[in-house]
This record gives sequence, structure tokens and C-alpha cells, in this order.
Amino acid sequence: MTEQTADGLMLAADGKPLKQSLNRALRRQKLRAFLLIAPLLIFVLVTFIAPIGDMLFRSVENDIVADTLPRTVAALADWSPDSGAPPGEPVYRALASDLLIAVAAKTHTQLGTRLNYEDSGFSSLLRGTGRDVDDMGEDVGKALVAVDPVWDEPVTWTNLLGDPAWISAQADWAKAGDKTPEPPFVPSAAAQKNLPLTAAAYGDFARVMQTVKEDSPTEKRPWNTVAVSLTEDLKANPSAAAAFGADWQPRLSAVVAAEQGGAIPAADFMAAFTESDKAWGTPQPWEVIKTFSPRFTSGYFLNAVDLKMTPEGIAPRSEAERVYLMLFLRTMVLSLVITGTCILLGYPVAWLLANLPARTANLLMILVLLPFWTSLLVRTSAWKVLLQQQGVINDLLVWAGLVADNNRLVLINNQTGTIIAMTHILLPFMILPLYSVMKTIPPSYLRAAKSLGATDWTAFWRVYFPQSVPGIGAGSILVFILAIGYYITPELVGGAKGVFISNRIAYHIGTSLNWGLAAALGSLLLVVVLVLYWVYDRIVGIDNVKLG
Amino acid sequence: MSLPVYASTGQRIWHYAFRVICGLIFFFLIAPIVIIIPLSFNAQDFFTFSPEMLRLDPAGYSLKHYQDFFTNPDWQLPLWNSLAIAPVATLIAVSLGTLAAIGLSQSHVPFKSAIMAILISPMIVPLIISAAGMYFFYSRVGLQGTYWGVVLAHAVLGIPFVIITVTATLVGFDRSLTRAAASLGAGPVRTFFMVQMPLIMPGVVAGALFAFITSFDEVVVVLFLGAPGDKTLPWQMFTGLREQISPTILAAATVLVAISIALLITLEVLRRRSERLRGMSPT
Repeated sequence: MTEQTADGLMLAADGKPLKQSLNRALRRQKLRAFLLIAPLLIFVLVTFIAPIGDMLFRSVENDIVADTLPRTVAALADWSPDSGAPPGEPVYRALASDLLIAVAAKTHTQLGTRLNYEDSGFSSLLRGTGRDVDDMGEDVGKALVAVDPVWDEPVTWTNLLGDPAWISAQADWAKAGDKTPEPPFVPSAAAQKNLPLTAAAYGDFARVMQTVKEDSPTEKRPWNTVAVSLTEDLKANPSAAAAFGADWQPRLSAVVAAEQGGAIPAADFMAAFTESDKAWGTPQPWEVIKTFSPRFTSGYFLNAVDLKMTPEGIAPRSEAERVYLMLFLRTMVLSLVITGTCILLGYPVAWLLANLPARTANLLMILVLLPFWTSLLVRTSAWKVLLQQQGVINDLLVWAGLVADNNRLVLINNQTGTIIAMTHILLPFMILPLYSVMKTIPPSYLRAAKSLGATDWTAFWRVYFPQSVPGIGAGSILVFILAIGYYITPELVGGAKGVFISNRIAYHIGTSLNWGLAAALGSLLLVVVLVLYWVYDRIVGIDNVKLG
Repeated sequence: MSLPVYASTGQRIWHYAFRVICGLIFFFLIAPIVIIIPLSFNAQDFFTFSPEMLRLDPAGYSLKHYQDFFTNPDWQLPLWNSLAIAPVATLIAVSLGTLAAIGLSQSHVPFKSAIMAILISPMIVPLIISAAGMYFFYSRVGLQGTYWGVVLAHAVLGIPFVIITVTATLVGFDRSLTRAAASLGAGPVRTFFMVQMPLIMPGVVAGALFAFITSFDEVVVVLFLGAPGDKTLPWQMFTGLREQISPTILAAATVLVAISIALLITLEVLRRRSERLRGMSPT
């Protein structure tokens, strides 16, 4: 089929160099293999790896503070907790503006829940202040109405600050009276230029009214912060009135005159906040907001190892709040105990199975495989039934006279229950790898050792046991990996003392809703499992996993 | 294994003691599963043997827990939900998994070990972590609390088993057979369905059984992802065990044990068939 050119190049039947043809065939083969794998790979990446990535992301994600209190976070940038004093008036003003929006959207309670994880008491602080924030700056608003009652009418504000095009569009919409949403408020260029604070504050108000409350800004009196902004704008720029039409000039000038005459008090948000809750007069809540304002935080991970972030750095949590390191430790210790009992119970059985004639061994193997194939819930229910104080085991012990009837053993809802049930559930995972390793150890080695004068024990310990160590290693890692991630069995038979870290993760997802902490705990557990998996892959090779 | 005639008394004692120990361990393995079967026929609402049962008095036995299991909607709905979820999840896992296993078994696959690690990972990652991640991610995309969310999650959990069993069958697959088919004029699709598929069928079916039982027994993920209307049998058992434990649970458990035995027998038959097809003598 092949020919050779003068310079020694091999040619394929179609006259192309053989090497090139082979390369092309190889490329095609690679592509074909890849196309076969691609659908599954994409499926696993989307339905499994992406969720795991999402969990890792959530363990550091912390958008809520920056999203809910953007102005406060920006205003706090210049404040340092080291000063020992609370921040200045602009920060209080910013928080008032942020809170008005958050209260309308009801996001302040979520923020309170989030910050409560870091500083208990924050939730009630934000709830309480959220109720009071509407009234802050009320004296300014009232003084403004005293100057001219027209300021009490919602349309005054839309007409003063709205873009003429928006005003006519809004009027058309109101006339049509249909169900379409109101055209979104647009401030006029003159207002933005001459009354910048007012335009911004009113823009926020109108947006919240239209999107969150589904109300028209033409029908609601604006927040006091808008009135405060107007007085401040006019104080900074008394000639601003000139930029507006003839009917506005006397009204605005009257406000300027009243301000200069002292009829309108200066707004004091700091006093208002401190009145709402004394805590706002101290640096402490501000420290918390500033510490947790970045969009990414290590706070959840620190929490997961019983530490917390403070402005001074990382500090241990108080005694009462330390639970997670203890839980991790308990998970590890109980998993080790379960692995140990699995070795103790699995080794003799595996040895027997490996050394019996094939027919008997296959029959006995069913006794190992049936539990392996039986539903986890079935086995857990069986143990729950058997281990009860009125259950079969206690009945048997009482009948045999080993235990007094009024002194039945407590075998469930404690660590004993977890260890017994999980050993039973995981034992097949120890026996199967041990068995497959022991199958490969020739029995003649043991006989050879004995013929050379070794006692039974020496022959076993010096000759047989070392060869079975890979099986112990494989089985132990498998059992340990499975054990530290167990949730169902500890939940059902573990009681309060026998639960694992997984149960805490489930609790934070389902009950306490602290998803960030659940994600951080899960990430830590995942790291432990992946390290063990890597070790397992090194020792056994994942391709060598055998099932059944 | 048998005791030599020259064994000393100590060796004799140890030989029998060892058998007794192994017997006890086998008893530990099997007894909890076996004991719930007679308990499920208890005429009383107790979780232990009543005196009538111990006397083998027929009055002590009844089928009332089974009657409850097969008529009570609290149990029937979850049973049908499980039967609606598991086959679909199995179908997805088996079709995608078999194709990928064939792709992986070819030589010259780039990044083979990395791909393998990703495909096996659902089996390695603890279920609670998978459930947490899926809960977060599926809520973002609107799959949380839906039938398809549970099906997709169960499918991906079953995939490692399909990959492992099918890859294992493909190791013994003689590649010259596909070449022979191709040389006789069969296209790749025809070769696959007429030559390769029948030979790797035992592995595919075994993988399907694993995927099915994974979905059928799975409780952690469905607890987080499922809507109350998608309650599955293990979920119902879990709530039953946690809140108020009713003896019907023993009837449900016995039904599940029967299913496990059926699956185990099917697998054993398949293993023998696979060995015969590959020209190995059955052991």
C-alpha cells in the first residue's frame, strides 16, 4: 500500500505523506472521542460543578451591605474606627437616605439578619430605627410648610423638579387611566444643576414610590430628607431660584429668607438617630457596617472556625458561641471510631471470604451485598426500631436478665447510636476492598512462613498482614470519606450529642437561613474530602473502584 | 482453610472461635434487615415482638401495615413520585454516561484524568455539600422546588456509577470487532448498535440499576430541592422517622428490601452473562 519517495518519505495510498495521514486520523479520533464525552461533561459541569462553585462563591460573597447602604458605605470611607468617636453628620444623613429606601423595599430586615450574625443586636437595632427613620428631619419639613403651605402638596415637588417632558407624559398617563405603569420620573436639567441634592433625593423617592410601592409621586408627600436637601441646596446657592420660572421664584426666595431669618432649623440626623437608639451615638454599629461593607468577606469562614472579624483584626468568639471547631472535631473523631470498628469487624470477615472455597464464599458474600444494596433509610429505620428503649435489643437483654427492666440501656439519640448504625451501614465498604486485596494474596506464603518455623501469629503478623495493608488503606479512606459527610443517619439516631457537621450545614440552610455560613462550613468539609480523595486516588486509583 | 489433622488444641479452639466471631459479624450485618420483615407483620402498633408473635399465634400477625402502605395516600403519593423521578433520572444518566464511557475508553483522549475526576466527583462529594450547592444554584435559575430540578440532580448523582460499570465492561471489549464490522461495510452507528451495544449491555444495565437505586434511595438532595408535592418514598420515611414513627414504615422498608433483593439477583445474573459473553468461565 505504501510507497517511498526518493528522499525516504513514506507515502500513503492517496500519495500524501504517511505521517501526515496518520496525524490527521489521530486528530479525527481525538475529536470523535471528545464529541462523545462532551454532552455528559457539559451536563455534569452545569448541574453539579456550577452548584459547587456557587456554594464556594456564597461562602465569601457579601453584597448585601454595599447594596443596601451604598451611600453610608461611601460616606464611611473617610471615617476610621480608631478615632474612638462616631462619624460626622453626613454619614448619619447618608444612612437616613439609605434606610428610607431599604425600609420601603423591606430589605433592612435582611440586612439586620445578616449583620446580626456578626454582632447580635443589630437586627433589632435596624428594625427599631427603621420605624423611626420616617420622622427624622420632621422639624425641617414642618418649618418649610409653615413658610408656604404649598410645600405640603405632592405636585409642588413634581412640578418644581420634574422634566417638562415627563410632566406632560405623566399627565397623559393619568388622564388615560389605564393599567400601564406610570412613566418613570425624570428630573429636569435645571433642577439637577441648581438643586443637585434635592434632585437626587427626590429621584430616589420617586423611584421607590414607582417601583416598590407602585404609587405615583404626584400623590405622596416626599420624605423629610427631600425637604432637608432643598434647604441645604438653597443655603449653598441662594440665587438658585433665578433658574426656575416666574411662579417659582417668590416661593424659593421665601424659603431662602426664612432660612436666613432662622425660621427653618438646621437638620440634625445624628441627634435623631441617637434618640432612636443610643447605640448610634457610639462608634460600635458603624464599625460593624464598615468592617462588613466590602463585597467579599472572610467573615463566614472565620465564623466557621469560631473566630470573628473585628476592626482590630481577627479575634476568637466568646465561649458560648464556639461550636464549629468542636463539631468538626467530633465529626473527625466519630468518623475515625467508625472506621476503626469497620476495620475490626471487616477484617475477619474479608479474610474468611477470601479463604473459603468459591461456592461458599459467594453464598456468604450475599450477606455482605444485601445490606450494601438495601436502602439507607431501611437500615436506619431498622436501627431506630431495634435500639429503642422499648425495642428488640433492650427486650432481649431484659429477658436474658442482663439489664433490669426499669434500667433499660439508652442506645439511641446519642453517640452510641450513631456509631452502631453507621458502622453497620459502612461495613460493606470496608469488606469489599479488603476482600479484593486479600483474594490476591497467595495462601502458600502463609504455609511457607509456617514451614520455616513461624508461629501462627508471627506468620500472620509478619507475612499476611503487611500484604493486606493496601486493602485496609483503601477501605479506611472510603469509609472515612463517606462517614464525615453523613447526614441522614446522625440526624435520625444521633440525638444532640451524636450529630455531625453536616447536620449543622443542613440546619443553617433550612432553619437559620444563614446560607453564607452553611456555604463556608460546606467548603471546609469539601476541602477535607478532596484531600482524602486525592490520597485515595494516589493509593488505589479511582479507576479501580469496584462496585458489588 | 480446613483444619489440618495435626492441629494443636489451641489451634482447634481458635479455628472454631474465629468462625463464631465471623458468624456474629455476619449476624450483625444481616439481622437488622431480616428482623424488620417479621416485625412488619405485627398486628399491634408496636416495634417489638408481641407475646402472640413469639408464640407463633396467627392472631399476632396481620397485613394491616401493608394495607396502610398500599392504600394510604401519605405513602402512595411518595411511592409514585419516586417511580416518576427515578426512571427519568436513570434514562438521562445512562444515555449520556454510556456515550461518555465509550469516548473515554478510546486511546488518545486529551485531559482524560481531569475529565474522569469531574465525572466521578458527584460520587465523592458528600451528599450534604452537593445538596447545599444545588439548593443555592437551582434557586438562582428557578429549578429549586421543581420536578426537573430533582430529576437533573438525581441523574448527575447516578452518572459516576454508569461511568464506572460501563468503563469496566469496555476494558474487556475486543476492539478488532468494531474494525471487523467496519471492514464488512457497517457505518459507525450500525456498528455501535449491532456489535458494541449487545456486548457492553450487561455493564449498561448494571449502571442503570445503580443509577436507579441511587435516585430511588436518595433523600438528602430531594429534601432540599423537592417541593412538598414531589415528596419521595425515602423522604416520607425520613419525616416518619423524625417526627411520629408509624409501624407502616416497617412495611415500606420490607417492600424496599424485596426490591433490593430483586436488583441484587438481576446484577448477579448480568455478571454471569457478561463473563460468559466475554469467554470467561464463571467462577
